[in-house]
Amino acid sequence: MEHFPRRLLTIVTEALLERELLAEFEALGVRGYTITDARGKGGRGTRQSDWAQEGNVRIEIVCEPALAERVAARLRERYYDHYAMILYLQDVSVLRPDKF
Amino acid sequence: MLQLDPVIWFFVLGLAAGVARADLRLPAAIYEFVSTVLLLSIGLKGGVELARDTGGLPAVELGGILLLGFLLPLPAFAVARRIGRLSRADAASLAAHYGSVSVGTFAVVVSYLTARGISFEGRAPVWVVLLEVPAILAGIVLARGLQGDVAWGRLLRELFLGRSIVLLLGGLAIGWLAGPEGTTSIQPLFFDLFKGILALFLLEMGLIAAAHLPTLRRHGLFITIFGVLTPLVFAVVGALLGRALGLSLGGAIVLATLAASASYIAAPAAIRTAVPEANPALSLTASLAVTFPFNIIVGIPLYERLATALAG
Repeated sequence: MEHFPRRLLTIVTEALLERELLAEFEALGVRGYTITDARGKGGRGTRQSDWAQEGNVRIEIVCEPALAERVAARLRERYYDHYAMILYLQDVSVLRPDKF
Repeated sequence: MLQLDPVIWFFVLGLAAGVARADLRLPAAIYEFVSTVLLLSIGLKGGVELARDTGGLPAVELGGILLLGFLLPLPAFAVARRIGRLSRADAASLAAHYGSVSVGTFAVVVSYLTARGISFEGRAPVWVVLLEVPAILAGIVLARGLQGDVAWGRLLRELFLGRSIVLLLGGLAIGWLAGPEGTTSIQPLFFDLFKGILALFLLEMGLIAAAHLPTLRRHGLFITIFGVLTPLVFAVVGALLGRALGLSLGGAIVLATLAASASYIAAPAAIRTAVPEANPALSLTASLAVTFPFNIIVGIPLYERLATALAG
């Protein structure tokens, strides 16, 4: 079976930012994403998901490497200073390249 | 023996369980559900009362309360800036939280007055709606100035379409349209179970407040004192305004409590996006871990005495 290389961009950030980020993705040309509620501990302390107000979300985007870089750069420039946010990139393989 | 309303003990239970790190957590969906029922109940009840008496909504009263919402943040900002030595963003955030209102505190005062047979204006939920947004706008202007880089359109949309406003106004409209007879079919859930739902809500609030206590230790003395003194001063302002507007005794107690309460839902969300450099933990901790418990345990009985003294 043929595999096609793509990048997986994972963002963990404040749930409050979700709507704003989705608008950013739309503007940057992201075609799809997966969002899950998340909780954990980081530089800004423990973040729980039992209260939506202070919960975290994990957003995953599989796309072309160049687009992943653009999204990452935009988020770093705009949100890193003031929001709880981490993001990381991974190489992944997909089976249907036209989807991503 | 402390004569507390049993629902308050649920808050104390949540607080104690949270502090002791007991194995107690309510799923987020339960909190959402419970607060939805609470908001709808309050709205429906007000709507039914509005349908009963034709007093309507006096314009002077609505204007006065709206003005209160815009003005309360100003002294709070000045105190936070001068005495608390907070940054402009943090002071503005605190001012927005304390000028705005807490629906949870409103639910407790409604339950308190009902238990004591003190009547109040059916339109009181409208006051909550009027007081929620202005202080947040004032806080953002205090932080950013009028020319500031704020996406006002999106912000206003999010504020006015926030859960509490939609559910309170929706409940009011349904209660008003259906009237006393029409709402009998939904009475078991929304009216009869009100206290039980409120108890669950307060249990969760206790857990949430406990989770913020460590932050309180870090931010220390100023926000603790601020979180207790601000409601006391604002309650006097609210009670005086209630008297000036010719509200009933119950109405004046409600308005005093609303003025004393601090937002922990609408304000944090709006300030987080509009004033991102403000430390979100600072205002939220003051509001949740100091002012909310203070108001529901000690404050409301005090505000009753205050309003009674002013009326006498």
